[in-house]
Amino acid sequence: MATAPRFWRENPSRYNMVGFKCNSCGKFYFPPRIICPLCHRKSVGKTEPVKMKGTGAIFSFTEIHEGMDEHNVQKPYIVAMVELDEGVKVTGQVIDCDVCDLSIGTRVRATLRKLSEEGSAGVIHYGYKFVPVRENGERPGDE
Amino acid sequence: MKGVGIVSYGAYVPHFRIVPDEIGKVWGVDGKAMGKGLMISSKSVPAPDEDTITISVEAARNMMSRCDVDPKDIGALYVGSESHPYAVKPSGAIVAEAIEAAPDLTVADFEFACKAGTAAMQACMGLVGAGMVKYAVAIGADTSQGAPGDALEYSASAGGAAFLIGAEKVIATIDDTYSYTTDTPDFWRREGQLYPRHGGRFTGEPAYFKHVISGGKMLLERTGMSPEDYTYAVFHQPNGKFPTRAAKQLGFSAEQIKASLLVPQIGNTYSGAVPLGLAAILDEAKPGDRIFAVAYGSGAGSDAFDITVTDEMATFKREAAPTLNELMANPKYLDYATYAKFKGVIAKERD
Repeated sequence: MATAPRFWRENPSRYNMVGFKCNSCGKFYFPPRIICPLCHRKSVGKTEPVKMKGTGAIFSFTEIHEGMDEHNVQKPYIVAMVELDEGVKVTGQVIDCDVCDLSIGTRVRATLRKLSEEGSAGVIHYGYKFVPVRENGERPGDE
Repeated sequence: MKGVGIVSYGAYVPHFRIVPDEIGKVWGVDGKAMGKGLMISSKSVPAPDEDTITISVEAARNMMSRCDVDPKDIGALYVGSESHPYAVKPSGAIVAEAIEAAPDLTVADFEFACKAGTAAMQACMGLVGAGMVKYAVAIGADTSQGAPGDALEYSASAGGAAFLIGAEKVIATIDDTYSYTTDTPDFWRREGQLYPRHGGRFTGEPAYFKHVISGGKMLLERTGMSPEDYTYAVFHQPNGKFPTRAAKQLGFSAEQIKASLLVPQIGNTYSGAVPLGLAAILDEAKPGDRIFAVAYGSGAGSDAFDITVTDEMATFKREAAPTLNELMANPKYLDYATYAKFKGVIAKERD
């Protein structure tokens, strides 16, 4: 069972996709890390937190029919690996669409939704999910 | 208060809809006739992972993407709603973090039935006008509740809009505001209750019409303006009939409320209703246009606003966020069973 403080520590990443950039090699990482896994010691003192734009393309996706209890209401739901424009791959739920609306390469953007609730009396956890967009900002299927 | 007004705005409406016929079929009611009477052809439904906070965040992010204001310059943020997800824990604190305005600002949640968002706008005007803050954010958003089978179920929907109030690069000045408040028990929800109760027909004449007409008339008197001086008008829209009749009684034409009348497509968004109607007007308004707005909240009161669109609108980055027409386009329609599941009315027993 998750606890409120554990989620709270990750709020900058969950709300605003704050990741990490290594200024030694120039690579972006998400979620943030302490040191760059490529540059190791060379990255010490050369890293900075960076907010990802939240836009990217679907690298791969699947439709989940037997998932977690807390997602019962949304079954079947779609989970995708999204390659963000910064080059980082992130896993997240894709919402407000049907699986037939999506293909590898579909453009998506991050939005804030409820991720889970600790029961009816517990804390509500919010974080990023992805919605599909067309280049002109409309949703797939819009005519 | 001279020069204080709207610097930017953003809106959000959920993707899902249900039509009155679908609701009526379940309760043995002629839903089509009900929808016709209310002038509602569909209403928006929040997804199971949406609430007032997520709607507020989406609207506020759309607002921020249309301007170059540094979120750290926001000194106040108020969320007006009657469906705050927490009874104790501010919605606004989460919204402030999500638009990176925290921590140097004051935040509070407002509640005044359907006019909490416009009450927040007035508070923001005061803080900016007094020079206490550079920018302030007022949000009106709701995932409103209608008990299964109740008349409200045909209209209670979800959506919201956010306004950045300031005194620089203002796209629309708020030239005057007037509020009219009395103790009128037309609609209420007691602490711990899931659904509101209402006084049926009592919500009309002594409640909505008395307050909207009084607020509107007083504002016209204070400003010395006539209805025909305005390009647009927006009134609280619990259904299509009420704002249409109120507009007529005050002397406004059907053409003046056309752009703001969203209730036929998305239902009654409660605290989001006038903010969304105003956002729809700003989506098409031109410099020099005058806007007349009257919000209504049960319990009961009205907030009236006299607004002028400025020359800044000509260069405003309106296209940086979706317009109401874009937000409302291509919705997904739900059957009643899925709607009931989304609203938490039916739930699967957990192991």
